[in-house]
Amino acid sequence: MTFPQPVAPILRTALAVLLLMAAGAAAAHKPSDSYLVLDLRPPAPTLRWDIALRDLDYALGLDLDQDLRLTWREVRMREAEIRQYATDRLVLAWDGACPLAPRDLLIERHSDGAYAVLDFVLGCAHSPHPLALDYRLFFDLDPQHKGLLRAHTAAGTRTAVLAADAPTVRLDVGVGSGGWRETFTQYFRLGVHHMWTGFDHMLFLVALLLPCVLERGAGGWQAARSLRGSLLDVARIVTAFTVAHSVTLALATAGVLELPARIVEPAIAASVALAAAHNLRPRLHAWRWQIAGAFGLLHGCGFAAVLGDLGLEAGSRALALGAFNLGIEAGQLLVVALFVGMVWHLRTQPFYRRIVLRVGSLATVVLALAWFGERALEVTW
Amino acid sequence: MTRGVGVRSGMLGVCLVLVIVTTASAAPWRPTNDREVLDTLPSSLSDLRARELRAQHRALLANPRDLPAATTLARAYLLTSRTTGDPRYTGYAQSALAPWWSQPAPPPEVALLRAQIRQRTHAFDAALADLDRVVRMEPGRLDARTQRATIHTVRGDYAAADVDCTALAAAGATLPAALCAAGIMSMTGGLNAAYDTLLDAVTLSPGMDGAVAAWALTTLGEFASRQGDILSAEGHFRAALALAPDDQYLLMVFADHLLALGKADETVRLTRAHRRNDGLLLRHVLALQAAGHAADARRWATALRTRFAAAAARGDDAHRREEARFMLEIEQRPDAALVLARRNWQDQREPADLEILLRAARATGDTAALAEARAWMAQTGLEDVALRSLLR
Repeated sequence: MTFPQPVAPILRTALAVLLLMAAGAAAAHKPSDSYLVLDLRPPAPTLRWDIALRDLDYALGLDLDQDLRLTWREVRMREAEIRQYATDRLVLAWDGACPLAPRDLLIERHSDGAYAVLDFVLGCAHSPHPLALDYRLFFDLDPQHKGLLRAHTAAGTRTAVLAADAPTVRLDVGVGSGGWRETFTQYFRLGVHHMWTGFDHMLFLVALLLPCVLERGAGGWQAARSLRGSLLDVARIVTAFTVAHSVTLALATAGVLELPARIVEPAIAASVALAAAHNLRPRLHAWRWQIAGAFGLLHGCGFAAVLGDLGLEAGSRALALGAFNLGIEAGQLLVVALFVGMVWHLRTQPFYRRIVLRVGSLATVVLALAWFGERALEVTW
Repeated sequence: MTRGVGVRSGMLGVCLVLVIVTTASAAPWRPTNDREVLDTLPSSLSDLRARELRAQHRALLANPRDLPAATTLARAYLLTSRTTGDPRYTGYAQSALAPWWSQPAPPPEVALLRAQIRQRTHAFDAALADLDRVVRMEPGRLDARTQRATIHTVRGDYAAADVDCTALAAAGATLPAALCAAGIMSMTGGLNAAYDTLLDAVTLSPGMDGAVAAWALTTLGEFASRQGDILSAEGHFRAALALAPDDQYLLMVFADHLLALGKADETVRLTRAHRRNDGLLLRHVLALQAAGHAADARRWATALRTRFAAAAARGDDAHRREEARFMLEIEQRPDAALVLARRNWQDQREPADLEILLRAARATGDTAALAEARAWMAQTGLEDVALRSLLR
């Protein structure tokens, strides 16, 4: 019932609002279920586990003052116990033991009331082999309880129902297995997906493209006169970015080039900040495609990290690399087409120069610097 | 032209803000106030009584093979589940029977309770297997016979049900035998006789148990309603409600009665306190629609949709009849309704099951389903004014 990762944010919020409305006034009578969402995609595999407070109360007696109302205090005080109770009843194995490292405990509403949301990082690395899951929550107290599992893998989403008479499941992670067509589609999709959700790559490109529909005149920015000139500008930048990141992606995947993520990731954030800042003080306006190329080399290393995390099997490496790259290009082309189509009509507006270009660029700088802090200095905001 | 661009740039701005806002806030939250109430636990009288069972449940888990304690607890939880309509209690009842649950031949007491639990989850064949064994071992067990006759009647196997009803009469259990026989008669061309038999039995059994009396009165109301005698039906339903104001099945039947008469506002009031129950929430939404409260109807329809989706996600299919009606009358998806109604008809053959099948078949123009319904009525002699008018 919850869709943490794959659904677009707007849809996600709309769903959350609907669920809140649905649950706000009258909770349903419904058998006991918990909801598990496994995200097995890189970089770090995670688990989100929603367990009904009512069931936890039945098992652990959360309502200490017996007033039939569960307050945040009553839940918070037992946080460690709740976590222990849950993790004692779920065993994951993925090429060896896969312990669950806890993150936050949050609260969520489902159709039959409030749930504790337990967030975990999986303490095991990506593997092309199946993940085994053994689920035993509440079966002793309520054999009709079920665990409803959604697993997002590079190959798509899988679901399973864990019940007292079927408490285990083996999740085929899918990557690298199957025929070449399947491999191709899987990695193509992964590439598109990464471009669309990898916010930093998209922002970098958009920051560079913002001034493409403008030109420098005596008094500063002016609307570009010819569409052809603007498109040529866009094409140069996008091509340079593409060629550059394809080269480093290939080199890194082949193992020739190895840069640690702790350098690449902050550097990518810095590149976004620089590209956006340049829109505010355009010193190198004519040099933008060369800039795109230079920083593109960095972004390629970032893409390679995604592939590296998947534990690619050697035989399908070239195919996977090609498909992944094509997927990235397709995703990128879509971004560019949408973007240019949108801003071409806006370019004559003072709104575009003042708000979109200036405020947009400024906001991007701030966001990118925040990323930089997060990635380089491990600051959490 | 300029204005168009202005509007467009405004929309772009709105989109940007939306994207930023939505990426910043995820749905689950961490409360900041210790006193914030996250959830209210069920607090009806039955729920409160069931809370006292929790200590017994814990004690039983420490010593699970205590047969008398296990069956007592399971029976108490099943009763709570029936009065509240909350399926979690059925799960707790099953837990009490865990040591015997997978045995092919558990003690008769356990087999009877297991059959009840299996019946709740619509595992009718498995439930019948349990009851068959108990009756074979102890032919004089009237509770097993009553329970088995009910399942056979619901599934439309009237010959098999008749065997148990006859045994009940032979054992001198007058009221159970009358209820049993009337159930069969009403489905096989003897609706008027069934009504009279049951009415006599109720009148001649003063001081009978409140729950049994409420059940008998509900059944009388249903018979009267099928005869087209609205006034008598209403009288019986109200008398039953006086005895069992929270009986979920009775509330559903009475809500249907009121809805058929166009008393939408009264239905809204009747069902408002019972929206936890999917079947009653369905009637609540239908009543809101009929009363012209479109916004409320939409809001609660969304809640209902979420619940059916949650049931589907866990592979639950015990509410196909209700879901078919939801598809037909609220979602306006007659094709989906017909699929559900057909599958439900494979499981259960009560007048309400036939009614939703007929209505979905008419809405989709499915002649095969219509012919099947017609054949069933001709073959059994089933009488029902509402069904008749649907066949016209």
